[in-house]
Amino acid sequence: MSLRSPLGRVLGAGAAHDGVRHWWFQRLTSIALVPLTVWFVVSLLTLPSLGYGTLVAWMSQSWTALLLILLVLTAAWHSQLGVRVVVEDYVHGTGARTLTLVMLGFAHVLLAAAGVFAVLKVAFGAAP
Amino acid sequence: MQTRPLSPHLSVYRMYRYSLATSIANRFTGVALSAGLLLLVYWLMAVAGGARSYARATRVLSLPLAKLVYAALIVAFCYHLVAGLRHLVWDTGHALERAQSQRSAWLVVAVSLVLMLVIAYRAWLTGTHAP
Repeated sequence: MSLRSPLGRVLGAGAAHDGVRHWWFQRLTSIALVPLTVWFVVSLLTLPSLGYGTLVAWMSQSWTALLLILLVLTAAWHSQLGVRVVVEDYVHGTGARTLTLVMLGFAHVLLAAAGVFAVLKVAFGAAP
Repeated sequence: MQTRPLSPHLSVYRMYRYSLATSIANRFTGVALSAGLLLLVYWLMAVAGGARSYARATRVLSLPLAKLVYAALIVAFCYHLVAGLRHLVWDTGHALERAQSQRSAWLVVAVSLVLMLVIAYRAWLTGTHAP
């Protein structure tokens, strides 16, 4: 006999009130990161140099800028989801755990915003 | 509380089990890659700051210690990529039998090792004619 209420079953959110959202987005972001990271690594390895001029010319291409933005956003999202589980598993004590999760959440949003800002600045030719 | 399943305590479980070793390695490399994300954003911000800021960052990014970090990131990236693909296959409900997962564990190690060597070799070639 199940003790779950019909409403609880229909919402499918479970004890964490979040359902399978965490699991699902970890998978979605991981699938997206396969082509994005492979593209990024291959690009880095095949660029003629990693000098400033070469990088600015590369990042000024629309497709490069677009893919770099997607890479930073997806990687930050995936990283946040992954690091969250590690903290939930190994950081004990509600206070310490909550504080760590909040700080890591802020850090990931900051990284995502800074990455997108940097790419756009270079792509729009605003880098000094 | 005592009867609930616990997270993989490194000091309790026998870590030489291939299933545990590959699982915890995926976590370690994932956390390492999170630090890599920090490095990526630092690098992008350095480019956005202009030629002088990039030159300043390059001095830090070409230290011998930085090269050790790149090597670690190459290892982490290759392993996490291939082990992640293994997890995605598992998510479809396939290859979950013990014999299959034992075989795929070795496959992950072998494929990621090859990938590491290829990337490290190309990176070394690039490094030899770096600015």
